[in-house]
Order: sequence, then C-alpha cells, then structure tokens
Amino acid sequence: MIEFLDQFFILFKNWLVGFLPAGLQQLAALSLCVTTIILAFPLLFAVTVLLERKGLGRIQNRYGPNRVGWFGVLQPIADGVKSLTKEDIVPASADKAVHFLAPVLLVVVVFMGFAVLPMGRNMVLVDMDCGLLFFYSMSASAELSIFMAGWSSRNKYSLLGAMRAVAQMISYEVPLLMSSVPVVMMTGSLSLVKIVEAQAHYSYGFPHWYIFTPWGFAGFVMYAIATTAETNRSPFDLPEGESELVAGYHTEYSGFKFALFFLGEYLSMFSISGLGATLFLGGWSAPFSFLGWVPSWIWFFSKLMLSIVVFIWLRGTLPRLRQDQLMNFAWKFVLPLTLLNLMVAALWRFMGDGWLRWVVCLAILALAYVFMCRNGLRRGQIRPRRYRYAE
Amino acid sequence: MNYVFYLLAALTVCGGLAAILLRNTVHCALALTVAFAGLALLFLKLGAQFAGFVQVLVYIGAVAILVVFAILLTRGSETPQQVYSRYWIEGLVISSGVFAVLGWAVLGSARVLPHEMAAPPVTVLQIGNALMDRYVLPLEMIAVLLTAAMIGAVIVAMSKNVGTK
Repeated sequence: MIEFLDQFFILFKNWLVGFLPAGLQQLAALSLCVTTIILAFPLLFAVTVLLERKGLGRIQNRYGPNRVGWFGVLQPIADGVKSLTKEDIVPASADKAVHFLAPVLLVVVVFMGFAVLPMGRNMVLVDMDCGLLFFYSMSASAELSIFMAGWSSRNKYSLLGAMRAVAQMISYEVPLLMSSVPVVMMTGSLSLVKIVEAQAHYSYGFPHWYIFTPWGFAGFVMYAIATTAETNRSPFDLPEGESELVAGYHTEYSGFKFALFFLGEYLSMFSISGLGATLFLGGWSAPFSFLGWVPSWIWFFSKLMLSIVVFIWLRGTLPRLRQDQLMNFAWKFVLPLTLLNLMVAALWRFMGDGWLRWVVCLAILALAYVFMCRNGLRRGQIRPRRYRYAE
Repeated sequence: MNYVFYLLAALTVCGGLAAILLRNTVHCALALTVAFAGLALLFLKLGAQFAGFVQVLVYIGAVAILVVFAILLTRGSETPQQVYSRYWIEGLVISSGVFAVLGWAVLGSARVLPHEMAAPPVTVLQIGNALMDRYVLPLEMIAVLLTAAMIGAVIVAMSKNVGTK
C-alpha cells in the first residue's frame, strides 16, 4: 500500500499507456508526463497567487480578495477569465514580432526547467547526466526574453526595468551557480536524481541532507538570497518597482501576454524552489526516518510550498533595496562568501569523519561572516542610511 | 536521423545570415542568439551534453546579453544609415580565409586520427577527470589569464576618482 501510494503516478501512467500499441508507448508516456507538468504547475500557480494575496493582506492588516467565492477562493478563476477576455494592446511603435515572442519564450524556457527536477522517487521526466547544468542554462535563457520584452515595447520604463532585471539576474547568477557547486563536489555528479539519492539515507533517524552541514547551511543561505534576486522577488524587486517604473519590463503588456509574464515569474519561482529543495533539503526524502511511509512526492511539494511561503513572508516584511546596494551586496558580500564556501567544502571532504571538521568548518565560516560584516560596516557600505528630509 | 542535422544546420546558418543581413542592430543580436542555440542543439545532437549546455549557459545566457548591452549603451538601437560597411571586401576575404582554414582542419581530421571511427560516449565525470588530471596545467593557465584580463578590464573601466569619495 505504501509502495503503491509512493509510485501512484508512475503506476497510473504505465496503466494508461498500456492501452496503446507498443510502438506508440514511449511517445505517449512522454507526452503524458509533459502534459501533467504543464497542467499541474499552473494549477499550483493559481493556488499560490491566492495564498500570496491573502497572506500579504494578512501581513499588511487588510482583507485581501474576499468577494469571489467563499473567502475569495475563486479569485484565481476570475483573474484567469479577466486576462483572457481583456484586449491585447500592442503599442503602435513596438517591435511586433519581438513583442509577441518575448512572453512565449519566457514561459517555454521556464517550463523546460521542470524536466530535470525529481519530484518524487522515480518521478523525473529526463534523468540527464548534466541535469543541474541544463536547469541553469534554461534559467539563463530567461534573461534574454526579459530583455526582448523591455526593448521591444519602445517605452523607457520598460527598457529601464529590463536593464535592471538583466543586470540583476546576471550578477546574482554567479553566486547562485557558485553556491550549488559544493553540492556537486560532494555528490560527484551533476544529475539531480543522484544528488537526491546521496542525501536520502539516515543515521539515528536523522537525514543526511546537505543543509545539516556547515558548508551546506552557508550554501543554502546564499542560494536563497540569490534565488530571491533571480526571480525578481521583493526585497530585490527593483526591475518592477511600481513606485519608480510603473511595472518594469511588462509595462506595455496587457491581457493574456501579461498573464504569461505573471505565470512565468511564478513558475520560475516554483522551479528554483524545487531545485533548492533538491540540492540542500533532500528533494523527495522524508525529514525523519520514521516518516518514510509518507509518499515521496508529498515531501517534495511540501518543501516547495514551504519555500513559497517564505518568499511571500519576505515580500510582506522587507523593504526594497537600492540599485547600488543590490550590486554591492552581490559582488562584495555574497560572491566572496560562496568562493570561501567552496574551500570549506573541500576541507570538509578531505578532513574525514569526526567532530574536528565540524569545529574547523563552522569556525572558518562564522569568522568570515563576522569579518565581512564588520568590514562592510567600517567602510560605510552597509550602514543604515539617513535621509535629510526624514529628520 | 540525418534530417535532424540538416534542420539544425539550416537553423544555425539562417541565424548567422540574419545576424549580418538585418538592418536593426538589436535584431542582429537576437538572430545571433538563434545561431548560438542552433550550435548548442548540434552539440546535443552529437551527444556532447556538457558542451551543448555550456554553450547555452555561456553564449545565450551571458555573451548575447553582453552584446545587447553593448549595443544599447553605445549607439542606441537606431538603424544606421549606411547598411553595409565600407570594408566589406576585406571582411569577406578574412572570413573566407578563416572558413577555409577551419574547413581544411575539419576535413583533415579523419586522416590525422584514423583510428577514432565512432565518437566515445563522454560523461561529465570523464571531462572533469581529464581537466583535473591530464589538462590541469592548460586549465590553470587559462584561469590565470582570464583573471588577469578581468582585473585589467575592471581597472580600465574604473574612473580615476573612485578612492577619493
């Protein structure tokens, strides 16, 4: 029974595909998996948008959507209908072809990332030898579509938003990649399936997730910072800062094209949270060995939703950064720490078992953190800022 | 499966041609990324996963963005009056020379390496081992060179009065 629930989707797929002639089976299985991904994540998107609006309302001491359905639960459907029936306005001087291609490219590229994420035991679309590299190459291509959107709109706010978005994504891509390199070093593989399998064993009932090591914890924190910036979420939401740039690179998009941008943004949030769970939080493995009977896909999606809730919480809590603070933070604080983390991971690997490596690695990371914070404070870069008009 | 190759080759060549023939500079840059994507797909078709994805990550994710930034930050995206450069004959001679050398090298590779009939399946593990084992010295030299180039670029780009602020 446990085994059946765990492998439910795989068995269901095999049962469905079994009705077809043998020549078509492989193709049908693939298209079934792809369709499931294309359907499941937009559904999750609808749920998340509602959760975000309700949650932000709660944090900001207001109601949030409460008119459509009971407590506003049907709001996503209303939003969908609205965006489908709205007029699609293309500016007269816009570059029509590029303007049309940008949202399509974004959504396609973001969906591709899900292909390598293991969403449960045996639940991965393609187990690539270079899974992690594939994921990052797809998320890097998303930058180009954002630039295309901003440039083709012929609107200065769009272009400014796109330039900010691209500069920010390029800067934070470096720490993002660097913070996941230690995981690859420890596992000895770029395949996400192997990375999860390397974490899915237990001692004394506790799992061997990478977050429970000094380098893994530091890597996870920096990964979380970099993903928040990569997905243009608050406090790094300068590219679409409403108070400065109307809506950033999608100012000139309306109707369903805007919905595609919105979808792409949330999907990239899902995929990058899923990758974070895979790299550091053990993917589909249970947090305690006695909880191993719960189906693996439930664990994956709970970890994903937990990250989403943290994203929403951060958005409701933190104010937006300035552009120079953003860049200084990426290049002068996060990047050096990720580089140091590489060294610490190597040290951890070659010091062997025992308590000594815990002490040494923790000490190096903590000292570096304290030193860099002090240094930043002394140079006056990370100091709280005083505005003359506010005094 | 040969038609896949011809399809990808046509995509790459069309992207490259569009990159030099289109009038708008940003369109040229976008067409160039199509050519990059075609090259990446050709790598994947040859079974070189690592090279293919690195091609996407570096060329589409970074180089194309850099090209686009350079266009926007220097001349703006306005269409130049003169479509073809004055030096197109020299350019044609140089590019056909490069093409001839590359073609000669590729066609001659079967004669130089006669025993390598089929491409071996290469995993990332093998590439990593080769880089850290046999080719470690060239790798380190390239790393030092690139670091020096990066520091040089930062120094060139840095304005004179940064320290006095």
